[in-house]
Amino acid sequence: MTPPESATLEENPVVTKKELIKEVLEAYPDKAKKKREKHLNVYEEGKSDCGVKSNIKSVPGSMTTRGCAYAGSKGVVWGPIKDMIHISHGPVGCGYYSWSGRRNYYIGTTGIDTFGTMQFTSDFQERDIVFGGDKKLAKLITELEELFPLNRGISIQSECPIGLIGDDIEAVAKKSAREIGKTVVPVRCEGFRGVSQSLGHHIANDSVRDWVFPQYDKAKKEGTAPEGTPYDIAIIGDYNIGGDAWSSRILLEEIGLRVVAQWSGDGTLHEMINTPSVKLNLVHCYRSMNYISRHMEEAYGIPWLEYNFFGPTQIAESLRTIAARFDETIQAKAEAVIAKYEAQTAAVIAKYGPRLEGKTVALMVGGLRPRHVVPAFHDLGMQLISTGYEFGHNDDYKRTTHYVENGTLIYDDVSAYEFEAFIKELKPDLVASGIKEKYVFQKMALPFRQMHSWDYSGPYHGYDGFAIFARDMDLALNSPTWSLIGAPWKTTEE
Amino acid sequence: MTDESIRQIAFYGKGGIGKSTTSQNTIAGMAELGQRVMIVGCDPKADSTRLMLHSKAQTTILHLAAERGAVEDLELEEVLLTGYRNVRCVESGGPEPGVGCAGRGIITAINFLEENGAYEDLDFVSYDVLGDVVCGGFAMPIREGKAQEIYIVTSGEMMAMYAANNIARGVLKYAHSGGVRLGGLICNSRKVDRELELIETLAKRLNTQLLHFIPRDNIVQHAELRRMTVIEYAPDSQQAEEYRTLAKKIIDNKNLAIPTPISMDELEELLVEFGILGGEEEYQKAIQQGTRAPAGVA
Repeated sequence: MTPPESATLEENPVVTKKELIKEVLEAYPDKAKKKREKHLNVYEEGKSDCGVKSNIKSVPGSMTTRGCAYAGSKGVVWGPIKDMIHISHGPVGCGYYSWSGRRNYYIGTTGIDTFGTMQFTSDFQERDIVFGGDKKLAKLITELEELFPLNRGISIQSECPIGLIGDDIEAVAKKSAREIGKTVVPVRCEGFRGVSQSLGHHIANDSVRDWVFPQYDKAKKEGTAPEGTPYDIAIIGDYNIGGDAWSSRILLEEIGLRVVAQWSGDGTLHEMINTPSVKLNLVHCYRSMNYISRHMEEAYGIPWLEYNFFGPTQIAESLRTIAARFDETIQAKAEAVIAKYEAQTAAVIAKYGPRLEGKTVALMVGGLRPRHVVPAFHDLGMQLISTGYEFGHNDDYKRTTHYVENGTLIYDDVSAYEFEAFIKELKPDLVASGIKEKYVFQKMALPFRQMHSWDYSGPYHGYDGFAIFARDMDLALNSPTWSLIGAPWKTTEE
Repeated sequence: MTDESIRQIAFYGKGGIGKSTTSQNTIAGMAELGQRVMIVGCDPKADSTRLMLHSKAQTTILHLAAERGAVEDLELEEVLLTGYRNVRCVESGGPEPGVGCAGRGIITAINFLEENGAYEDLDFVSYDVLGDVVCGGFAMPIREGKAQEIYIVTSGEMMAMYAANNIARGVLKYAHSGGVRLGGLICNSRKVDRELELIETLAKRLNTQLLHFIPRDNIVQHAELRRMTVIEYAPDSQQAEEYRTLAKKIIDNKNLAIPTPISMDELEELLVEFGILGGEEEYQKAIQQGTRAPAGVA
């Protein structure tokens, strides 16, 4: 690959990046090339879409970073509900390797009233495959109730074999729910379903609709459902990674709203059941929870609003948009809150801005952050040169257009080879992606930050989170470590 | 693990065609001729050995494994029984209808038999597999290192022939990878018009032979009610002789072929040819005359 002339790069980033895509695709056999070229494009100013196909089966051999439906349901949506026990139903591996979740922080006494970092599995054996695992599942639930009497309910997270042998987990759920007098939710999130973890989010959302909300409906009928206040809201699609939901909640409460439910970071079953009593659903991760938000809108008339708490610019804008849905008191408080944090934010930018100004970033995350964190980088004076989703859909790429500039490289379900090839050519100052990518790029002597787990840091949401975000980006980019390692191209250039 | 000189055969065919009855009677005939045979029942119903053991159903591998915890907890002697003329009998067993995975059960059971040395001091191993090859588990007996000769039990009835053709397709699939061959068709007569000629022609089309035509005789039923093969119950009967002939033909069979399954259309044409099914015109006429409105008028 011959590097494009720097003059043309500045003149027309769209053309040069399209050429780069072409070059990278050259390595593929025809069939794979034809498939992959639809997932790569360059954003052109004024267009309403990024011009890539998405949510399509990955090309075999491409080393996709995607997960499975089980990961989407157990790992993302259900796992953080802290007072329920989530059974990984099937052989031991799926549960073992998803043990401890995604750093979804919670308050509680683990093993007593909360179970977030524990692992429960039905540990399927040959016998259970041949004769079916329903009896074992029922027994397991009975035993859980004895061992952990303070659990508030059970979810059954199906691994692949459950769908293959056709176990009737719904029947077990109903029977066990009667037996223990608690909620038991069967989730048909077998890993082979769908093209990524995205379908698992949808299936998990549907299981809330079918197995949790009926309890609210019943309470409503009996007149025992909470009425709530005019300021009741729910945080939807915040998994409290490193405490994100907490640093968001502070702001929402400060502007006078009452956060009655967190979906699902540090969330409880009870909050979930009563969510249809809120006045507005605030959606952070649209990809994984737009389904249940739409359902609540249709079934209960609850409006929903997407917001973004990454970086002060978006936080302020989001707070104003949220406040606009309420009365003047709330609106006034929102302004006061924005003003209150101005000094803190200015200090953060003053400290880190000069060290980060003009640095370029290549992003690749899951279903929300490839667009949502962009403003936080912008607030620090950094520039996004490429982004893409593991499992985003078309609506995500449409929304992305509001966040990216002309000439941004867009890659959907990027393969290990493509990502590496792009980075070698674009030479960003920072790569921000996940654990599967981290060491590839760090070994290339490139600063890297994990954007799924916040690299064991966080929170990054809210004003407080922004301060941590800025510090972490500075740690990654300006660490003296990097001066000790020479990137191959840097030595040749010298 | 498996002795090379052992001939492994399998009986396949449409459900209810009489596979278990035919195979047990034939194996009784083979045992009479001094052959050492083991029957491996691969059907959750576990009815492949009852005529040999004179019992309702024997303890199956999977049933016992489920009781104990795993197949590793079993001893071969507990599930391998000896029946009529020292024929060894074992049943894989499986889940009740509607639960679990019977196919996986067969795989587990056969692996258990192999690992525990059941395939020793034998001339023949015979697999009796349920109805259709619905999934990979039921194809286990025809995969590499297992049954090399497949015998399809059929009759002149359309659906039985349809199933036979489908099984031939399954055999073809594994013919190149595992070396499995079609040994022939066995016609278990249902007294359909021109049945012998029809099955002979089908056999030719499938690149195989009609190994034997077993006439219908009520004595089979009488023997079966007493949990016996005809050879044991009425050794001097004409029907016992038929099974002995089939047994000898299988022992001597050298005609092992890669099948050439035919399309559904070809199969229907064959039936038209034999006057069993009318032509397309006749079919259309029959529909028009019917009380129901003609279907699919385009």
